[in-house]
Amino acid sequence: MIEIAGIIFITVGLLFDLLGCIGLVRMPDVYNRLQASTKCVTFGTCSIMFGTFLMVGFNATGMKALLCIIFVALTAPVSAHALSRAAHKSGIKLWDKSVVDQYREDCPAE
Amino acid sequence: MKVKSRIVFFIVVFGLWLLLCMAFDWEHVLIGAVVACFVSLIAGDIFVTRPHVLKNPLRYLWFMYYVPLFIWECLKANLDVAYRVIHPMRPIKPGIVKVKTGLKSETGLTFLANSITLTPGTMSVDFDREKGILYIHWINVASMDIEKATERIVARFERVLAKIFE
Repeated sequence: MIEIAGIIFITVGLLFDLLGCIGLVRMPDVYNRLQASTKCVTFGTCSIMFGTFLMVGFNATGMKALLCIIFVALTAPVSAHALSRAAHKSGIKLWDKSVVDQYREDCPAE
Repeated sequence: MKVKSRIVFFIVVFGLWLLLCMAFDWEHVLIGAVVACFVSLIAGDIFVTRPHVLKNPLRYLWFMYYVPLFIWECLKANLDVAYRVIHPMRPIKPGIVKVKTGLKSETGLTFLANSITLTPGTMSVDFDREKGILYIHWINVASMDIEKATERIVARFERVLAKIFE
């Protein structure tokens, strides 16, 4: 029973990882690509790890999987933030059809 | 010397080590204790700057409330992005907006920015700590007004996070 739950979690995780990768290809600019890939890949990876934990149970491997969930959930948004900020500071434009950029108004790129 | 910070940090690092190896024979415990002691002597005061806030049990209760809220928002975010990615017309209207925040502590701001990044359609790009302003990349801009944007993006987490970290 718990094996089946684990397999379901891993399948859902793989599906979201795949969607994140499709988003990486389909979205028009750096920022939208980061949005799609960060959200989907973080959730997908966490889901895969949780599935792994359910399948192996409370031992060294399962515990490492649980700790990885915490680390991924804490670090993935930080790296997305660092990448988008660096992209904006180095003058990469938003997509042509973007409606507003209040960050550019406040901190013009050098 | 900030002894309290070091003790807290020691407990966290040592607990993490024990969880990572999941072996409780004396070799593992001894090595872990020695290394955790060494690390907390060197770097203990960098990570834990306000050890007194850890005593308040209410903060842990609010944290328990925050985790399921966060997971629920995260799931919604994923379905939202999945819809925008798969939809043949790519229904996006991106832009960077400003929002205000009342949080001041570093941990609180970090958690707020991380929560915003993992929730539907928004990603934090930068923040101005003096003015308390966050710059948010919004995949589907609903309002350019700072007050309305704040209400839509920040409000649902800020209330809880203020209780946990401030």
